[in-house]
Parts: sequence; structure tokens; C-alpha cells
Amino acid sequence: MTSDELTPALELHDVSVSYHKKPVLYGVDVALPAGSLAGLIGPNGAGKSTLIKAAMGLLPVHSGWVKFFGEPLDRVRKRVGYVPQREEVDWDFPVSVMDVVLMGRYGHLGWLRRPGKADRRVAEESLEKVGMLPFRDRQISNLSGGQQQRVFLARALAQDSDLYLMDEPFAGVDAATEKAIITLLKEWREKGKTILVVHHDLTTARDYYDRLVLLNMRVVASGPTADVFTMELLQKTYGGRLTILSDVAAEAQRDGAGVKI
Amino acid sequence: MRAFMRFLILIALLLLTEGSANAARIGDVGEMDAWGQAVRFFSFQDASLRLALTGALLVGLNCGLLGGFVVVRRMALVGDMLSHAVLPGIVLGFLWTQTKDPVAILTGALLAGAAATGVSSLLARTTRLKPDAIQGLVLASFYGVGICLLGLVQNLPTGAKSGLDKFLFGQAAGLSGEDVMMMMVATGLSLVLVGWFYHDLLALSFHRGFGLTLGLRMGLLHGGIMLVTAFAIVVAMQAVGVVLVSAMLIIPAATAYLLTDRMHRLLGLSAVLGMAAAGVGAFGSFLGNNLPTGPLMVLAGAVFFAAAFLFSPRHGWVTRIVRQRRRRVRAERENTLKAMHRVLEDHGLSTEGMREGVTLKELSVQRRASLEEIEGRAKELVGAGLATVSTDGGTLFFTPAGEQRARAIVRNHRLWELYLTHAASFSPDHVHDQAEEIEHVLGEETVRQLSRRLDFPEVDPHGRPIPTVDAVHGPAGAIEKGGLGYQ
Repeated sequence: MTSDELTPALELHDVSVSYHKKPVLYGVDVALPAGSLAGLIGPNGAGKSTLIKAAMGLLPVHSGWVKFFGEPLDRVRKRVGYVPQREEVDWDFPVSVMDVVLMGRYGHLGWLRRPGKADRRVAEESLEKVGMLPFRDRQISNLSGGQQQRVFLARALAQDSDLYLMDEPFAGVDAATEKAIITLLKEWREKGKTILVVHHDLTTARDYYDRLVLLNMRVVASGPTADVFTMELLQKTYGGRLTILSDVAAEAQRDGAGVKI
Repeated sequence: MRAFMRFLILIALLLLTEGSANAARIGDVGEMDAWGQAVRFFSFQDASLRLALTGALLVGLNCGLLGGFVVVRRMALVGDMLSHAVLPGIVLGFLWTQTKDPVAILTGALLAGAAATGVSSLLARTTRLKPDAIQGLVLASFYGVGICLLGLVQNLPTGAKSGLDKFLFGQAAGLSGEDVMMMMVATGLSLVLVGWFYHDLLALSFHRGFGLTLGLRMGLLHGGIMLVTAFAIVVAMQAVGVVLVSAMLIIPAATAYLLTDRMHRLLGLSAVLGMAAAGVGAFGSFLGNNLPTGPLMVLAGAVFFAAAFLFSPRHGWVTRIVRQRRRRVRAERENTLKAMHRVLEDHGLSTEGMREGVTLKELSVQRRASLEEIEGRAKELVGAGLATVSTDGGTLFFTPAGEQRARAIVRNHRLWELYLTHAASFSPDHVHDQAEEIEHVLGEETVRQLSRRLDFPEVDPHGRPIPTVDAVHGPAGAIEKGGLGYQ
């Protein structure tokens, strides 16, 4: 157990990734302790999605290595879940909400390649958990953005993994869904799961996550939110985009939480 | 032109025989030998005919099934490219053995298909060209080479009688036992692959990246489905022809896509539609004294597609128009009922007692419409059993059903107005038009919720009473007794 606690749930070492020969990530080091709810933040084009995709083996890694629970991904796939951006799938695809959530169980299928009763039960429970059970037989194109995100979350839940990498789960969702999602993520953390979330909104980042990774093609800083969410480091991450920062600073000042400057 | 007329007659024949297999009167059409052909076709005594039909049905099944994946994966152009690109391989396969040896032809075709796939992925990797341009380019180039080679073969002494030209437009009648055997193998392979790995294929089609993160062998699966698709195209070639074989992949699946929104149903429907189109095509080709099969199959498929486009229960064009019309008629009816209600209300009657009649004249004032129009509306209401009319035709009475409907609609309208002013902070003079639209579509459950949220209100923003739940959904007996207007 102690070794488990010391082994990071996710560790990237010197990872570099290129898109069409153009480097996107340089020598990235990230170590995420098990049981943390971490935000991955940085400006547009900083390589946040790239980092997650590279870690999941969806993009070729140029150099360096990625380990999950101290092992290469192939050895622990069932313990790792990926929640892609909503835009990555065709929402007109002829499947029901239930079909999509069942896909979370596909990693557990036997040689007959058929999801069984137990899988269906898990899927239903997952849907219930995100408040989407009444929609189980709905075709996915009839869903709102927030509902689509809930379906993805239910699918992740059905995967029953220990570590989740989520690509912008808060993009384009309504306030109620955002709140439901963060509540669920915090619940997962209480159960000892580890979550890394690509996040855009600096104003909420501080409240949502207990750790942050600040990324801009390189890791600018990584650690507990209190240590990392500083004016100086954010400025370094976001470069010249001071407007966002001053907005955040002003907002932080207003609610008295205080960004360390 | 005469050929076209003959074709039309054949189609007519075909439709008639489809309707009733033993319609004796069909002889009246006067095209006796076509009728004789039809009898021959449906008696299934002719061995070559049985072979042709079996082949066509297998092709329809296989292409329909695999086409489902082609369409939902947006790979229609890939199917088109593959089907054209195999032509040079077919001709080279023939040249190799100098006979129409299915194995040689198949090998040649698969190699050509693989080469085309290779070239297109090379172009995709090394240039900035987008997939559609690449596929168009590869398709045309390979096809051009194939046509030239075909021309050369036709000039050879062995080539003229080779029947290779049948590969262009397809000739089900020319199928050999070996060809049909190949079709069986191809269809069997597809069925096994799709049947066994349906869920993996679903993951591949829906989101390949997600499947990869689960550790599913997406690359292998993609290769597998592409291989059986190429195989399906090659064996279908004889029956449908190079030019149109991709249509057999696309049209039945596209038709099924309009009819259902579940993948497993889409696949089944697509396979059935493929078989139907292929069967009809083979029959037409047989009737028309060896008209090319491919175009007839595709034509049949296109007719099915058109029917689905027009009449699909959910998204059909005609269906939508009919539905809209029905909704409009209902809304009009409800508006007339509402006007009757309003007139009676103005007479000072409570919402509980609406037994008095409303003259058509009053109604025409209320609805700001001509008397003729109101007479028409009144007739509609009477026809729908929502109102009765006095013997002189000048006064309209609610039936119990009509009264109930009128109250429901007034209630919907006023509740919605109240909801807008309360919950959405509309000012009272902004809400009427909105409510005019929404009153016709509010469901019962929504109405109950609205009422609860507004704490069971009694008057609308304009001070008019809102009919209560009991008045609207009162016990059936009470309405029977109270329905004095119903005579």
C-alpha cells in the first residue's frame, strides 16, 4: 500500500510531441500523486489536449515516457479512463445514450465480444448517477451540450477506472451541469480516484482543483494549487496576455481569496 | 426511345407482378414474352437463373451490411475509390491466366485495391491535399488505366469473347457457379466479422480514439472491415459492374440511415434493402433480355431511397408536411374553440357553465374573420365532434369534448402568459403572441408543472380566470351530465 501511495498515478518524463514536425510539447515532466483532482491549465495552443492524447497513446511521443501507476499504459489500461472533447464525435451517429455508455464496458468484454447483463447494470447505474437515466433510449443527437457531457461522464463512470484524463469537460456546458460534474469529480477523488482535467476558466480553477499543472509547451509549474496559482507563474504561463490575468487578479481581490503576488 | 418505352413497360410489369404473383390479367399488356420471362423467373426452374438471383441477393446482403459502416463512418468516397480502382487489377488478372479464373481476377483486384489505398494514404501523408481530392484523383487514374487495359484485351483474339466488358455494368445472368461460391464466401466472412465484432466495430465507427484508449485493436479491426469491403466489392463486380458497385454500398445504407437511428437496425435494414434492390435489379435485367444488371439494381435502390426520403415515419418530407398540416388544422380548431369560450365568458358565464350557444356572428367578430370563414370552421368543429350546430345553422354549441378542449386550451394560454410574466419577467402586453403559439403544444405534464410552480393560480395577467384542473380534466361522468350543449 505504501509503495502504491508513493508511485504517482500518472507520470510523464521528458515527453516531447510534434504535430507535422512542429514541436508542440517539449520535455514535459508531470507527476500526479494518486487521489488528486488536478487541473491542466494554459493558454490556447499550449498543448493541453496534446498532452492528454499523447499520454493515452493517441499521438506518437517523440521522446520520453509515460507511466500509469508505475507501469506502461498497455499493462494497466482498465485502470485508466479517457474522456475526450465532445466535438470529437459525430453526435448524429445512430446510437442511443445507453449504447454510448455501454462503450465504457468494452474494455471488459470477453471473447464473445458482447456486453452482458452485469455491464448493462453498471451502465444504468452510471446513467442514474449523472441524472441521465430517463434519457437512456434517446438518440444522442437530441441532447444538449450539457447532456452530452453527462453521457461522456457516465461512460467514464462505467469504465470504473482509477485514473481519468478528461479533455475540457466544462466546455460549452450549462452552469447546472458544470456544478454536477465538479461535484461528481470531487466524489471520485474522495473514493481515491485520480483525475486530470484540461481546464480553461482561470476564475474557477482555484476552487475546483487541489493541484494544478501550468502548461505552455513546457510545464511552467506543477504542484498544489496554493503554491502554483500565483500571479508570477500565471503570467509566465500566459505570456503577454495580461488582460485575463488582471481580470482574475481583480476578481480574486474582490472575493478576498487573494492571489499571491 | 423505344428501348426506354420498353423499359417503362417492364417496370410496370414488374410492379404488377410484385403485387400479385398470379395476376392473370397481366397478359393483356400484350408483351407476352416478357410475361413468359417473368413466369420463368419466379418458377426458379432455370439453373442459370437461380444462380443469377442467388448471386444478386448475396451481393445485396453483403454490400448493404458493409455499406452501413461505410456510410456512418463517412467513407462513401473510399468505397467509390476502391470500386473503380480494382478494374486494372481485374484485367491484369485476366491477362495472367487468359481465362476468367475467379481466383486470378480476385487476386488482381485485391492487389489493385491495396495499391490504390496505399497511394492515397501516401498522398495524404506527404501532401496538403484533402481526402476528397486524393480519392477522386486515385479513383480516376486507376479507372483510366483499367479502361485502357480493357480496350487492349478486347483487341486480343481471346479477349473479344472474354465477357470482361460485363465488368463495367454488371451482368448477373453471366454468373458462374464459382462466382456465386465466391460471393458466398465473401458474404459469410462479412457476417462473421460484423456479427462477432459488432460492438468493437461500433466503437471504431463512433470514436476510434476512445476505442484505442480501451485497448481495442482498432487498427486491426479497421484493416479487417476494409478487407472484407474490398472483397465484397470485387465479388459484386460481376453482378453490378465496376461503375456502380459503390452505389450498392451507399444507397441501401443511406436509405436505412433515413429510417432508423440505431446502428444494429440500420445494418439489418440496409442488408434487407440491398437484397431487395439486387433482387429487383436481377429480375429487371432478366426480363429485359440481359439489360445490364448494375444500373437496374441501383435504380431500384434509388427508388427505395426516394420512398424513404418522402415517407420516412420521422424525417420524411411528405410525412413532415402532413404532420405540419395536421398541427395547423388542430391549432385552427382550437382557436375557434377558444373564441367560443371567450364569447361565452364575455356573456358573463363562469367557466363552469358553458352550455349556451354562440352565434356565428359573434364568433366572426371575436375572431375577426368573415362569416363564410367561420361557417367553414364551425363545420370542421362539428365534423370533429367538438361542437353541434342549431337547426337554423346560426348558433354553435360545445359538445362535452369540445368544452373540455376549449377549457384546456384557454388554461394553457393563460397559464403560459402568467408563467412568462412571473418567471421570465415579461411585461403583460408582451405575452399574448407567445402564448398563442405555445398553447397548442403544451403537454399535460408540463401544464401540471406550470400550475404547481405558479402555486395553482386563478387569474391570468389580464385578470381573466384560469380554468381549473377539475374543469378541464373533470370526471367523465360530470361532463356527461353537464354537457347540455350536446344534443
